[in-house]
Amino acid sequence: MELSINKYCRIDPTGVTVNRTILLSNAEQLNYRKFIRSIYKSIKLDYPKFFKMDGLSKLGFMAVEVLLLEEEISRKYPSEHTGFILMNGSSSLEIDEKHQESINNREQYFPSPSNFVYTLPNIMAGEAAIRHKFKGENTVFISKNFDTRVFYDLVRTSFEQKALECCIGGWVEQYGETFEALLFLITSGENNISGESVIFEPSNLNNIYKAT
Amino acid sequence: MKPVYAGAENIISSLGNTAKENLENMVRGKCGILIDESGFFCPQPLPLSRVDHARVNDAFSMEEGEKYTSLEKMMITSINAALKQSNIDIRDAETGIIITTTKGNIDLLDIRLRKGFDKKRVFLHELAGQVAAYFQNPNNPIIVSNACVSGVAGIIYAERLIRAGKFRHVVVVGGDLITEFVVSGFLSFQSLSLKPCRPFDQSRDGLSLGEGCGVLIISEEKNIFRDQPMVVLSGASSNDANHISGPSRTGEGLQIAIRNATSFSGLKPNDIDFISSHGTATEYNDEMEARAFSSAGMETIPINSFKGYIGHTLGASGVIEAALSLQSMRNNILIKTAGFENHGVSKNINVISENRQAKIDTCLKTASGFGGSNAAVVFQKM
Repeated sequence: MELSINKYCRIDPTGVTVNRTILLSNAEQLNYRKFIRSIYKSIKLDYPKFFKMDGLSKLGFMAVEVLLLEEEISRKYPSEHTGFILMNGSSSLEIDEKHQESINNREQYFPSPSNFVYTLPNIMAGEAAIRHKFKGENTVFISKNFDTRVFYDLVRTSFEQKALECCIGGWVEQYGETFEALLFLITSGENNISGESVIFEPSNLNNIYKAT
Repeated sequence: MKPVYAGAENIISSLGNTAKENLENMVRGKCGILIDESGFFCPQPLPLSRVDHARVNDAFSMEEGEKYTSLEKMMITSINAALKQSNIDIRDAETGIIITTTKGNIDLLDIRLRKGFDKKRVFLHELAGQVAAYFQNPNNPIIVSNACVSGVAGIIYAERLIRAGKFRHVVVVGGDLITEFVVSGFLSFQSLSLKPCRPFDQSRDGLSLGEGCGVLIISEEKNIFRDQPMVVLSGASSNDANHISGPSRTGEGLQIAIRNATSFSGLKPNDIDFISSHGTATEYNDEMEARAFSSAGMETIPINSFKGYIGHTLGASGVIEAALSLQSMRNNILIKTAGFENHGVSKNINVISENRQAKIDTCLKTASGFGGSNAAVVFQKM
């Protein structure tokens, strides 16, 4: 089975790129919080729930938004075979620490459900799934770095199982001011949905990941 | 399609440190969920299903015992027990390790509990690295952290990776701890019951938290198992695309996972003999599941939840309950749902209320969790 990378998008402290085109440059070196909000504005998103999300979900959600700009996935692929395979490094550690702070002291004990719900790395997939009504496979894997070889195997085997016909997958990592998202839109070879496509294979994933 | 097998199962929970011990205690009707009044996890008394950590620790020398965290020790002990029931070489590159957990070493975020450990040990890849290094496994362990479906997802990916020829054997581990972190979060959600949980019962009012570890060895070879393995047919996951913390009202998401898992397995709904459900005993979860199984055409199939015995062991629950399902299949026994007395969901699903012998050839294991995630996997006798 031949699989293609139809499109990819990257968000990191330098800016936002789609394939090799810069969509938004972070020339002002805004911090994470401000930068992610500036992306929201620049793509004219109107989704107030975004502001309730933790840092990691904001990044994963935003990367999916950017990747799917001008795509009409839901018209081309059944929702139950469209899904997410994501890799992440530090899980939800940033919001985990916030939850921990709220319970460290029994005299000032204020655990909040709105924080606690985000103390899971897969909530970012859940948020994006809600937004786009994607009901297919969704699994979050943890790895110290983006392990393109393992990622490739996980995606490929899911297509071979016919579990996925369209996969939004890649690396989403955020902790404090360290953030990096690289998402790929992967479909089977016969069904290219946009012009420029690259064969889905580890060397291409690596080349794209390492290109700056 | 080449068959993939599962077996050599091990469980560490409040009901014992082997799968057999767990099943025997359940057959006797023993419940491991006890009122904890230590005040350690929350200010008020709360029913919890706790592991005997001292017993786990006993297997380690003083020096080794200080080198590993509580969760790592459970995982190492449980893997060792599984390895004894098989003859795979875990040091071989053809053996993969999949570690599944919701919160890993999250207890170490509390500085009072961190002891000599570096803070970076809360990273799941650090935990996984420790476990893999202990067993001298040369591969990077694959880590699944997908809320409460982590364990079932790990089994599904083990099966897929073996079928694709990436590994010959995969050790799938699921482990999670009871921590103040998790207890306080679920309390803030008001989803904990003040009594041992009662899945699918009319009076159910929340879940009971548990901790534990489960291990399955998944392999392309049936001869590596001491006891007869089961075939892992196929599995699938899905998303409700509805709400991040509340289960879907319709059960559509879970139904997609069930439908895909059975069809990938080449089965029809009525080919299933037994369903090991997620069954957390929250009002909405159990109702959602009842609707999903009903819509999937599985109303009459005997179904249970093991959570009335050992609580909700979070990401570990998928592996632990799959291990219990394999035990049930081996012994051809349908284990009743502890805490279930009066039917309390809107669909007429067939909740097992008394232990009974029955031929179980095919079993469906499901899980659902935060983030709207669902997963299902099918096991079948050889």
